[in-house]
Amino acid sequence: MINKTVSTVSEALTGIEDGMTLMLGGFGLCGIPEKAITELVRLQLTQLTCISNNAGVDAFGLGLLLQQKQIKKMIASYVGENAEFERQMLSGEMEVELIPQGTLAERARAAQAGFPAFYTPAGYGTEVAEGKEVREFNGKMHVLEQAFDADFALIKAWKGDEAGNLIFKGTARNFNPNMCGAAKITVVEVEELVSAGSLDPNQIHVPGIFVQRIFQGTDYEKRIEQRTVRSKS
Amino acid sequence: MALDKNGIAQRIAQELKDGYYVNLGIGIPTLVANYIPNHIAVEFQSENGVLGMGPFPFEGEEDADIINAGKQTITTLEGASFFDSATSFAMIRGKHVDLTILGAMEVSQTGDIANWKIPGKMVKGMGGAMDLVASAENIVVAMMHTNRAGVSKLLKKCSLPLTGVGCVKKIVTELAVMDVGPTGFILREIAPGVSIYEVIKVTAGDIHVAEDVCVMSF
Repeated sequence: MINKTVSTVSEALTGIEDGMTLMLGGFGLCGIPEKAITELVRLQLTQLTCISNNAGVDAFGLGLLLQQKQIKKMIASYVGENAEFERQMLSGEMEVELIPQGTLAERARAAQAGFPAFYTPAGYGTEVAEGKEVREFNGKMHVLEQAFDADFALIKAWKGDEAGNLIFKGTARNFNPNMCGAAKITVVEVEELVSAGSLDPNQIHVPGIFVQRIFQGTDYEKRIEQRTVRSKS
Repeated sequence: MALDKNGIAQRIAQELKDGYYVNLGIGIPTLVANYIPNHIAVEFQSENGVLGMGPFPFEGEEDADIINAGKQTITTLEGASFFDSATSFAMIRGKHVDLTILGAMEVSQTGDIANWKIPGKMVKGMGGAMDLVASAENIVVAMMHTNRAGVSKLLKKCSLPLTGVGCVKKIVTELAVMDVGPTGFILREIAPGVSIYEVIKVTAGDIHVAEDVCVMSF
């Protein structure tokens, strides 16, 4: 067994520097790497390019990095619900590239799987396709999209073992499995870190080969963005 | 009288067929889940990674790890599954999802749709909408016929940045059900108490009245 464990978040983020490109898992605030984000704030890294489906809310998730003006460029698919984000985008302080959600997932997966680029129909005929190669397949137009090229992937899983094997819970899975192995170094934080052999190999969502470092986080806040309930009556 | 948002959702629910996998967008489309006909089985897909989405949880039972694409807490039904985002969009891009219902700011008479950006005013992003409209063969738009200023959202040509080109097949508003035809919108149904003239008046694009135009039935 190749042991991937590190004991702290700072050890896990060793080598991370100003100006790097980071890929972060999560959909809204669900399944985001809370501990890694807190550490990025503490390290006061700047000029970061962040690839993530969303940009957090004003005071949580990637919103914490926005408040400290640590992000130079954001690549995302949906950025509503964040006033500071909108301000920095409209004032031109931060560069923003909005891309279709499926394209974002596939650009991560392509990087993970060793594909330099792929054709997708998403965005054809829109400003997303401007400046990109287009090609017809089976009578339908497609846009050439390239794999991401990131330095670190920051991932949140539910359970993991010392070998870096991962299991996710619910919709906290989202982009996390696609981003594992899609950057030069993949760092995973888990709610529960167990010894190798404790997880059923049949139930592993991401094999440890895609993971370089794994650590256990504590006190996850898991903030809910839209608490919607029905009454029992 | 014009329908309310629930009425629009109720009419769209008539488009659901037994065995359909359906993706519901945010807003009016979400309400469609409340009107599934009793005799059919459908499953709702949410692009953040769940198939077999159920109703909102009871108070106190919400789980931060189980949400829909609108970031609302949800539950799952028997037979549900969770998956990653690439798999989710494989379902969408690969045409495994049978019906997509989404909102729009504008629709053109050639089936173009705009729903993600108002230059200089609002830039929230396209989310999964561009992937959905580029691949789905069965897209129903749920929206109000006019915007808040009373201006028609059914146009000859969209004025806002596009989400997709030539993809919308059917539109359901508070006033009417329309198809996108070869030379303009085709008025198929009118809401109870609404006249054909009223619909034509607030439709900026070319509109043809179907020979068998009828009143929506519920």
